[in-house]
Amino acid sequence: MKQAFRNEQGGRIDRSKPLGFVFNGKAMQGYSGDTLASALLANGVRIVSRSFKFHRPRGIVSAGVEESGGILAVDYGTGLQPIVRSTQMPLVDGLRAESQNCFPSLGFDLLRVFDYTRSLWPAGFYNKIFKWPDWHAFEWAIRRSAGLGRLPDSMSHARFCHMNAHCDVLVVGAGPAGLSAALQAARAGDDVMLVEQDNEPGSSLLHDLSEIDGQPPAAWLAGTLAELRGADNVKILTLATVAGYYDCNVVTIHDRVAAYRRDDPIEIFWKVRAGRVVLATGAIEQPIMFGNNDLPGIMLAGAMRQYANRYSVRCGGRIVAVVNNDLAWQSVAALPESGMEVAAIIDSRDSIDDALADQARQHGIDVYPGAAPIAASGSNGVRKLQYRDREGRSRTIECDAIAVSGGMSPTVHLYSQAGGRLRYDEQLACFLPRECRQEVTVTGAANGEFATARTYHIGPRKPSAAKTSCQWVDFLHDVTASDIELACRENLRSVEHVKRYTTTGMAADQGKTSNLNTLTLLGDLTGRSLGEVGTTTFRPMFMPVTMGTIAGVRRGAFYTAAKRLPAHDWHAAKGAEFEDSGGWDRPAWYGKDRAACIRRETLLVRESVGLFDASSLGKIEVKGPDAAEFLNRIYVNTVPNLKQGKVRYGLMLNENGIMLDDGVFIRLADDHFLINTTSGNADGIAGWLEEWHQGEWPGMDLVISPVTSQWAVVTVAGPKSRDVLRTLPGMIELSTKQFPHMSFASGVFDDGTPYRIQRVSFTGEMSYELSVPANCATAYFERVWAAGQVHSIGLFGVESLMILRLEKGFLHVGGDTDTTSNPFDAGFRKIVASKQGDFIGVRSLQRAEDKRGDRRQLIGFETNDKDATVSAGAHIVTGHGVTQRSEGFVTSACLSPTLGKTIGLALLERGFERQGETITLYDEGRLTTGRIVDACFYDPRGERMRG
Amino acid sequence: MLRIACPHCGTRDEVEFRCGGDAHIERPGSEVSDAVWADYLFNHDNPKGVILERWCHVFGCGQWFNVARDTLTHEIHAVYRMGEPAPERYR
Repeated sequence: MKQAFRNEQGGRIDRSKPLGFVFNGKAMQGYSGDTLASALLANGVRIVSRSFKFHRPRGIVSAGVEESGGILAVDYGTGLQPIVRSTQMPLVDGLRAESQNCFPSLGFDLLRVFDYTRSLWPAGFYNKIFKWPDWHAFEWAIRRSAGLGRLPDSMSHARFCHMNAHCDVLVVGAGPAGLSAALQAARAGDDVMLVEQDNEPGSSLLHDLSEIDGQPPAAWLAGTLAELRGADNVKILTLATVAGYYDCNVVTIHDRVAAYRRDDPIEIFWKVRAGRVVLATGAIEQPIMFGNNDLPGIMLAGAMRQYANRYSVRCGGRIVAVVNNDLAWQSVAALPESGMEVAAIIDSRDSIDDALADQARQHGIDVYPGAAPIAASGSNGVRKLQYRDREGRSRTIECDAIAVSGGMSPTVHLYSQAGGRLRYDEQLACFLPRECRQEVTVTGAANGEFATARTYHIGPRKPSAAKTSCQWVDFLHDVTASDIELACRENLRSVEHVKRYTTTGMAADQGKTSNLNTLTLLGDLTGRSLGEVGTTTFRPMFMPVTMGTIAGVRRGAFYTAAKRLPAHDWHAAKGAEFEDSGGWDRPAWYGKDRAACIRRETLLVRESVGLFDASSLGKIEVKGPDAAEFLNRIYVNTVPNLKQGKVRYGLMLNENGIMLDDGVFIRLADDHFLINTTSGNADGIAGWLEEWHQGEWPGMDLVISPVTSQWAVVTVAGPKSRDVLRTLPGMIELSTKQFPHMSFASGVFDDGTPYRIQRVSFTGEMSYELSVPANCATAYFERVWAAGQVHSIGLFGVESLMILRLEKGFLHVGGDTDTTSNPFDAGFRKIVASKQGDFIGVRSLQRAEDKRGDRRQLIGFETNDKDATVSAGAHIVTGHGVTQRSEGFVTSACLSPTLGKTIGLALLERGFERQGETITLYDEGRLTTGRIVDACFYDPRGERMRG
Repeated sequence: MLRIACPHCGTRDEVEFRCGGDAHIERPGSEVSDAVWADYLFNHDNPKGVILERWCHVFGCGQWFNVARDTLTHEIHAVYRMGEPAPERYR
């Protein structure tokens, strides 16, 4: 395959290693060392994609991270990845690239109709046009046509990982400035990390052939790299881009060095803490505004030189340069040596450095100082440039490519992210670093040092005479100068507002080649200097980072650390369906048919006996002479008068009087308590107790010890539960007389296993919680299971437990209450009234607000239609039409298998005084009626529980 | 990402710690007025500059201690144990 625009010799590509690739179905060839962009240019590809809004043809514009045109979907053995910058994509063998945003084809795009009717779709059009009758009528079509590229179906192709590191000096950018800084730090003995986004260090040394320190650049680079690579204290990352710069000199790096491997590709996200950061991030050349300045073939002058010198690629046959600064002249002067004809240099400045002008003329280039471009023309690529000469006459020049340079803009993104302030430098016509609190220095072009040997002169960026509606500011988001004018006419003066209104600088390139021109226009239109206009805020990421990289290994099963019950495998073998519950994988039900299983399990507990794994129940021991008094301050309930071996319900509030958690607490000995918390709150409550002990009452003599994972809890519930447990050799006497409801005891089984047993109930049935050491969990589930066979014992999961407790009217703190619920709202007035002395939240309960009668109170309800389904979150509404409002909401509801009707709990305004009232439930558009009843639906006198 | 010198374990990364808000807030008795109670619960300073905070080394020793932190520069000027008075210049 012919590479028509590749020179026979020169460049840093390896012609002995040809690589095949496919672009839009067409087979092409490039060489090792190419980027996808340089290979496409070598093959003479001018149009590579279509623009975002108007579907205008786009060609490659730059040779780096600032690329706004050559953004493609690329498959490098990974499935098609969207929004890949072809200028940063190393060419790999067998790569497949496809254009984005074009239908039916790149050459003929139907949606270019938006371009031909462009005046209808100015900035913010969707806010103005699509208001009648309703935005939602248009939303679908707009969302469909918006966006760039398609996400891959899966991310299974690649691995992502995170790495942490620290170093004394982190140098960002391995151009001459960065290499020098790294060398200096390395020689001083510092640990150095040198990070370069290109696939090899060198940056401008790879394409700017001027001498450095009296040496050819290649020789200087080789010598410097040899020393750095030979040093133990230097680590060099390539194909790695610093994405974010945070407080305390923490820097994140997106490392793609192994991302393009065929086998086992991996992307790495580094978090590096650096003692000092050196930003040698260089500068980005800016485009110039004129009519149709977005046509394919119009490229940054420096990029053209880079393609010529580094990749040996000609970006055109006959080139015209449109520039305003000295640096661009050097770039353009390098082009004829690579076989390109440069017809003319059009420079907006009236006087040009004689040496530059002479050099250009020697290359046969016409020099037009004081001239200004008006508009380029050509249907699918530039063919002509109309310009105005020094005398004001309009002239036309033929060309197939235009090299543009509106001067350099230092890459201050990271500096700004670090909290650094910028200043506008009139002479260099760009923003430069000013001051920063962090340990950061900026060197080289990033600091405005654009040319090592020569001075850098730049002329002002002047407005073009072309129609502003065809002068493009943001090539990626299709923003024109007229959009900026519109924003100013509508009195948006702040650069942040103009940005959001026009979406300039908000595309995948984050305005790397559009922000400065936007600011210039805005300054001209509002009569302000650029220093006054200021910049938008630079935020991480510096460039797009794949989402998988940020997630790292934390996805799927690794999203959070799974907590498994000690008898997990036993439950699995019994057919458990597991669900996350309070951070634990817990059996939700056992069997296949969810609804049938839950119903069967519920009735089993009511009628005979069920077995439940409550091991995740929070368990904390509090021991010490002051334990009783301490817990008395933690709980609303009275603690000191609890007798040894007895269990009491306990409710905890926060200091604002809001219910925090509940569970029982047990007195093991005079100075020793065991407290139970809800499963999800076990760690939180242990931390809560520590915080109060250490922070508020450090003088109290006690120790807090979380023991949740030490004990497995086998809950046996139902009328036959006692009959089952009784048969275990070594079990204590369980008769109600000896061991009534709310009792605790400990003992030892015949096999020497110690146990704790408490008779408490969350189901409303007679129920025992048997705790054994966690490593005996499976054995004791099996043992109780075997003992229960004569009573047809079965397992029940969290789902049926929730139904059983709802039937009994037991609340679930955090489910049936919210962050405004105090104990009065949940019917705990008596507990509060009987408490003597201080406890957390006590003062808050004295506020008038906390005693208001019209608060939302927890009530029970049943529906009038017995089979009506009501979901938690349904609203209880009053009134009709516009006066209809919510008076509260359902917190739990179910079709009760025991009672054969739909019941639920709800938080309802003035709920307590409305017993018996009819209510209307609004559930996702459906209305249901019901009535308020006592919140305890089953065995209200508790005879079954205590029996 | 701060680095915090836990008085018990030494300097560690911020991810090991939890911030518990203002330090040296005195808990009033239950006889105080609603206004005083509201100040205790909600009305705290939010200075630009040095703030005295309680931090807990949750993924470490589990101990609470006090930190004098600059909200503007993120500098940590002092770390001292629970119950110790704040360094004079930050009181």
